[in-house]
Amino acid sequence: MERLRRTMLFVPGNNPGMLRDAHIYGADSILFDLEDSVSMGEKNAARLLVYHSLKAIQYGNCELVVRVNPLNTPYGRQDIEAVVRAGAQVIRLPKTESVQDILDMELEIERVEKEAGIPVGRTKLMAAVESALGVLNAQSICVASKRLIGIAIGAEDYCANIKTQRTKEGLELFFARNMVLNAARAAGIAALDTVFSDVEDMDGFETEVRLIKGLGFDGKSVINPRQIGPVHRIFLPTEKEITSARRVIRALREAEARGSGVVSVDGRMVDRPVVLRAQRIIQMAVASNLIVDEEEMLDE
Amino acid sequence: MNKRDMEYLNAYGNFHAYVPGENPRIPKKSPLSLYEKQNKNNKIVKSLEEAVRLSGLKDGMTISFHHHFRAGDYIVNMVLDTLAQMGFRNLTVAASSLTTVHAPMIEHIKNGVVTGIETSGLRGELATAISHGLMERPVVFRSHGGRASAIMEHQINIDVAFLGASSCDPFGNANGYSRSNTGKTACGSLGYAKVDANYAGKVIIITDNIVDYPNTPFGISQKLVDYIVKVDAIGNPQKIMSGATRFTKNPHDLLIAEAAAKVIFHSGYFNDGFSLQTGSGGAALAVTRFLRDYMVEHNVRASYALGGITGAMVRLHEEGLIRKLLDVQSFDLDAANSLKNNRFHAQIDANYYASPFNEGAAVNQLDIVVLSALEIDVDFNVNVLTGSDGIIRGAIGGHPDTAGGASLSIIVAPLLRGRMPTIMDRVNTIVTPGHTVDVLVTDQGVAVNPRRPEIAERLKAARLDVTTIDELKARAERVVGVPEPLPFGEKIVGVVTYRDGSVIDVIHEILDENEC
Repeated sequence: MERLRRTMLFVPGNNPGMLRDAHIYGADSILFDLEDSVSMGEKNAARLLVYHSLKAIQYGNCELVVRVNPLNTPYGRQDIEAVVRAGAQVIRLPKTESVQDILDMELEIERVEKEAGIPVGRTKLMAAVESALGVLNAQSICVASKRLIGIAIGAEDYCANIKTQRTKEGLELFFARNMVLNAARAAGIAALDTVFSDVEDMDGFETEVRLIKGLGFDGKSVINPRQIGPVHRIFLPTEKEITSARRVIRALREAEARGSGVVSVDGRMVDRPVVLRAQRIIQMAVASNLIVDEEEMLDE
Repeated sequence: MNKRDMEYLNAYGNFHAYVPGENPRIPKKSPLSLYEKQNKNNKIVKSLEEAVRLSGLKDGMTISFHHHFRAGDYIVNMVLDTLAQMGFRNLTVAASSLTTVHAPMIEHIKNGVVTGIETSGLRGELATAISHGLMERPVVFRSHGGRASAIMEHQINIDVAFLGASSCDPFGNANGYSRSNTGKTACGSLGYAKVDANYAGKVIIITDNIVDYPNTPFGISQKLVDYIVKVDAIGNPQKIMSGATRFTKNPHDLLIAEAAAKVIFHSGYFNDGFSLQTGSGGAALAVTRFLRDYMVEHNVRASYALGGITGAMVRLHEEGLIRKLLDVQSFDLDAANSLKNNRFHAQIDANYYASPFNEGAAVNQLDIVVLSALEIDVDFNVNVLTGSDGIIRGAIGGHPDTAGGASLSIIVAPLLRGRMPTIMDRVNTIVTPGHTVDVLVTDQGVAVNPRRPEIAERLKAARLDVTTIDELKARAERVVGVPEPLPFGEKIVGVVTYRDGSVIDVIHEILDENEC
């Protein structure tokens, strides 16, 4: 089953204290940043720190993502060299604008995987689109590599690029969010929303989380551990949803046991999308400790 | 009285006959009005020097102070400067605690004015100097309850107590707040000072605010006070206390606090009428924030909250979630104002709070206490006194008193501080013995003392991340390794006493890197 990506916690790659225990706050993914949060003078130090953190620290069940510098900078190749070898699960490519950006990155990753004796294809990719061109090319970007597990929007750069600025209402991002979301869904990969920078404005943050959940996003990038709880709470399924999802899953099992492909609840046939949604709800509920039912999680 | 009757009476006891107007110890009946009496016949003396002379203080004696003014305190430095100028030597300072603002004491130690210290804690330059061997005689550290009982049982004999007060009337009724608008400072409860006032040979109140008689309800009663000195300033209000202790925003502390509240909820002690204390420290204080939600949701009220009281506790009380507040020390202005205005917010002394030999002491009635730690070891011994560099940087406070008294003592601490693990094989300084510590809550899991298997079972049943303290230690060491031992010398600079005055550990002088 596809893993949950409700929250991706940004951790500056040059901050040992934060690297040390980034996993304790319960984020689904951790993003170790080598790009924008690290100044030019600290690029090498940060790369080394992230490399050793990935090697030495047990981050539990968190998905480990590293945002590398683009390949057209002096740091991109060295970043990939280090973090692929360190065992990063996902490499996030910033400022993606074209299929070629993905292909170039993939080539580089594959080279390192081969040299390091890592099974080719193990390192996954995530694209971040942060410009009008990237947003418009989202559809082709999302299918550019089998390694791609998700796409994210970087709103600050995007807004500057389309000559506007972010607002709390987020109308300026409406098109980009929908474009990226639909590209992701068409390709069957995850869609992640951009960061919300004002960590003191929890009400504004929650409003935005409700908005992007409603649009269909899998989750959101977060810049402070305090933002994790609210996202998980808003993504929490309701008791009613869980009850109904459980009945669907039970019906699915019964159908499987009968060797039948037709799943029905209360005499009504249940479509495949409803089954998928039910599985998703159970997964969320288990992740949030709402229910304890390993059986329902089995080989989905 | 006739002589025969007196002789008859004296077969049954020691009686003496009334002589009209003859006993000089009774103040003469005065025709003056209350206003005039307050101005003419009172305990106010013209200067601190005068009060010291009248008190009979001599070289080698013990003087005492309270620490309710925290880092804003002017009293200790003011008094020691005066005593030094007057030529006193070889004095023992028995303070309820000492802090960063008391660095000038270093000179008085070097000059032989101060040769002994009794305190709950030390911080800042004074602490560093003492850690490096400044004093000949080891400093004696006592818990708040331990100090109270040591004073009662004359292990500490206070000759003269110099007690700062935010308001005092001309006859000595003193308070840590003021009901007049002339008050410049407030500290709320005078809980620690009350013990000194009760047992010291002479009591001198130092205040910047003389108010009208009677300054009731009082923190310290007139019957205990010998002299009053008015000075321009007794402390820096900004450093004595802030308006309201704000809850921490540190995600680390919040994570720990949330986990601790969850532990409390599932511990078996979260029942209607439970009692609670939270120690100082961001995570410990923030526990109430999360506990409140459980209390509201499950309609559970606390009978009392104890100890250092904060505005947050006051708000829970005002919400009806905590029935009574027992306040030995007010942590912020909200707490001080509540103490002043609310009769269910009681001012208690350190003896009532935490005396080890009194079954009724409030700590003994505690269900739950949440405490911080600098270090904790695999036997659950806790250090709150010395840092990972071996330098004294804390205070015992009520740590061993509350851990020893409460039915459930919870230590909250991060698993790692910078490059240092919090859990070790043996803490550098044992302050609170492990057999009184029940649960450790870190940001990376919970460990329950094997002495309390029933609590571990309850937490596991609630699916909390319960593991062993050895496993937590191993988790920490996987990231930062095992620290090198500290370079301690032979000289003992501090004696750590347990609640009953027995020696539980000593602090050795810390050597500079190049000395070893």
